[in-house]
Amino acid sequence: MELLIIGGGPAGLSAAIKAKEQGLADVCVLERNSHMGGILNQCIHHGFGLHIFDEELTGPEYAQRLIDRALQLGVKFMNNTMVTDLDENRLVTYVSPNGAAQVQANAVILGMGCRERTRGALRIPGFRGRGIFSAGTAQALVNMRGYVPGKRVVILGSGDIGLIMARRMSLEGAEVIGVFELNSFSSGLKRNIVQCLDDYGIPLHLSHTVTRIVGENYNLTGVYVAPVDETRTPIYAQEEFIPCDTLLLSVGLIPENELSKKAGVQLSSVTGGAIVNSDLSTNVNGIFSCGNVLHVHDLADDVTLEAYRAGVAAVDFIRNGTKISQTNKIAVTAGKNVCYVSPNFVQPNEEIELLFRSDGVFRKAKITVKDGENVIKTLKRRVVAPGEMEKVKINTGNMKGCTVAIETE
Amino acid sequence: MSNVLEVSENYDTIIIGGGIVGCAAAWALSQYNLRVLLLESNNDITCGATKANSGIVHAGYDCVPGTLKAKLNAEGAKMFPMLAKQLDFPLKVNGSMVLCFDKAEHSHIEELYDRSVKNGIPEVEIISAEQAYQLEPNIADGLYSALLAKTAAVISPWEAAIAFAENAATNGVQFLIETKVTNITADNGLFEVFADNQKFIAKTLINAAGTSSAYIRNFLAKDKSDYEEIIPQRGQYFLLDNAHKNFVKHTLFQLPDNSGKGVLVAPTADGNIIVGPNSENISKEVDFTTAEDVKTTKAGLADVLEKIAISVKGLPINGNITTFAGVRAKHSSKDFVIDEPFPGFVNALGIDSPGLSAAPAIALMLTKLITKKLHPTKKADYVATRRAIQRFGELSFAEKQALIAENLKYGHVVCRCETVTEADIIDAIRRPVGARNLDAIKRRTRSQAGRCQGGFCSLKLTDILQNELGLSEEKIWSC
Repeated sequence: MELLIIGGGPAGLSAAIKAKEQGLADVCVLERNSHMGGILNQCIHHGFGLHIFDEELTGPEYAQRLIDRALQLGVKFMNNTMVTDLDENRLVTYVSPNGAAQVQANAVILGMGCRERTRGALRIPGFRGRGIFSAGTAQALVNMRGYVPGKRVVILGSGDIGLIMARRMSLEGAEVIGVFELNSFSSGLKRNIVQCLDDYGIPLHLSHTVTRIVGENYNLTGVYVAPVDETRTPIYAQEEFIPCDTLLLSVGLIPENELSKKAGVQLSSVTGGAIVNSDLSTNVNGIFSCGNVLHVHDLADDVTLEAYRAGVAAVDFIRNGTKISQTNKIAVTAGKNVCYVSPNFVQPNEEIELLFRSDGVFRKAKITVKDGENVIKTLKRRVVAPGEMEKVKINTGNMKGCTVAIETE
Repeated sequence: MSNVLEVSENYDTIIIGGGIVGCAAAWALSQYNLRVLLLESNNDITCGATKANSGIVHAGYDCVPGTLKAKLNAEGAKMFPMLAKQLDFPLKVNGSMVLCFDKAEHSHIEELYDRSVKNGIPEVEIISAEQAYQLEPNIADGLYSALLAKTAAVISPWEAAIAFAENAATNGVQFLIETKVTNITADNGLFEVFADNQKFIAKTLINAAGTSSAYIRNFLAKDKSDYEEIIPQRGQYFLLDNAHKNFVKHTLFQLPDNSGKGVLVAPTADGNIIVGPNSENISKEVDFTTAEDVKTTKAGLADVLEKIAISVKGLPINGNITTFAGVRAKHSSKDFVIDEPFPGFVNALGIDSPGLSAAPAIALMLTKLITKKLHPTKKADYVATRRAIQRFGELSFAEKQALIAENLKYGHVVCRCETVTEADIIDAIRRPVGARNLDAIKRRTRSQAGRCQGGFCSLKLTDILQNELGLSEEKIWSC
């Protein structure tokens, strides 16, 4: 097998399309679910495809465009196929109703996406029964199964899925009492705050958290919320009880890299994704990573663009071997007010787009890319926020180091 | 409640309570030609303290010599490794240590060692701090000495109870869940057990009702002066991602105090790291454990973290996947109460720690009290073994291939975190005493027990529950 792609969401499908477009004969996508498309299938709202297809699509429509194109190009789809093991020699072990099999691939692209952070990770004390869902699980329940899990909803966390679900639950007739966000800023897109909260009169309570969960028998009966101080510690004296039957959690996404770890792929402690070069190759020869398994994106369109690059690079690797020079590679670091930058390493003399996120909200921001004290590039932004991924294009020339920072006036 | 009383056929023995003790008693009785029924108030067996405890088979050195706890812990601990093979449930002999950080307290380590000799516990020794650090490098700085007990083990308590129950059911014991006993009367050497609109009649009763065991017993008390009392004690826990499974290999205890064995950190039989419990008396007005009783609290969880910092350094608490709490049924005597307060009514009261370790021995003791009365013969067609649900993820490639060839549903992985297949889920539902809801599936297969906590697989499980049992979506998500 030439190229195996693990995961049939926007990343895997887009990478497959681009690899085929490069003329590679043998491209196969392994998908654990019965349908290709990944989480796009449950994202029935619009807002997808503005960059890639120049029109506004729903998630399933966006997925179908990719599926149709991939099939047209002759990408091999293997649904209901769960990869159980991956090693550093790109030996892929999988199971499906057709049996268990092992395939040696010339290159592997990781496109497994991410999972949602759970209540356990937050360690919220209290009731432990039903009525508490991660926002994505609730989204699948409502959109894929037609089951609305509650009538009075509190949402903790202002990630995009939480915001989308605030609107979705309202449209289904539930009362969404409010969105409570620990930080002093939302981690979601501005457009989602406007279109999903403001337009529906749902309040966003910044610097607030859920401190306790209350329930009886099997049912949730309410939550306590409280404001938090500058250290994000709840002010318990101001705890307030909110009766509700459903609590949705939208408190972060975690790249699903369990397989990557098995193959010895090095991960970033900041993003939870692989540490990658500018061609999205990992430290393991012939293994590439893209999409939300690499770092969590805001837009599926950005996932597709990144996955296109992985597709091109994987084909190039299969044909010509690696182009990455270990001796000349330049480390890219997150400077002041920057949470992370992707990729982690770049090569000299290349045109590259750096993707990064700020670690807070900054107005009248000046973005700088520096090589030591040497300013390579500056950009101005009216506002930067953690919920919106930023991009900056540079030519690496003969840089020795590369730091992205955000300065404010 | 309906006025129509459905009267069941007569039983030789009714066991009230489907926790580890009730299930083990059912298992022990199932070798005899007896008609046995087990009644459980919850929507599955193992829903009380059995599903929310440390999961330790204690070596047995710390019980006060001469107590029932000392005797039955030693006997139970000896039985467990063999039972784990026979009934196919996870058990790992990982050894335990009691850590002593203060020279002045070393005498307590010596005292525990003396108890181990008196209780007849093998392979216990006092080791130096150097030896302990060699075995467990994450022990906190400043250790003085430790007591090492090599026979201590970890098990999955609910899987053990389910194994007992499945084997008992295979041998003819009947199980009824969601059947809450509301009254018991005794008449002419027969007991009448009332549960909502049903009445069950039996010659003998076993009270294994855990935190409700005093409530059950007191139905037969002459007056209030004869009442027994259970002091419910909550313990709260953290459970860490199996990515951290090598944080400790042994069960690490602190020196016991008045409230119990203190906060421990241990690997679980399923490969996670467990940290807990604290110990709090909870006020008890009701007769059954409620959601309120088993909630976690900010203070309780903080207490556990504060105390475990004494034992270990660098606990990877960011890898926490869930917190939970269980309620132990403590008796004022601080010992197990296993007796026959009324002829034919056999009690297992106050089964707090080391109740899990002692459970098989408690079951044998209860069984002896029953057989003394009923003089049953042994079954000729008794099935002594039980097969566990596959752990698909742990199988070799060839074994996986063979299973999928036999049943293609083994090729459909439903739970990605713990690698559980559709065939395993269906097996869990169709077995004797099978799963009837999402949590029951979790306890039998580990689906939803991993790092995504059911975020992905619970929806697929819903499909399977609907197909297999015809349950509504509403019902599945509300229990």
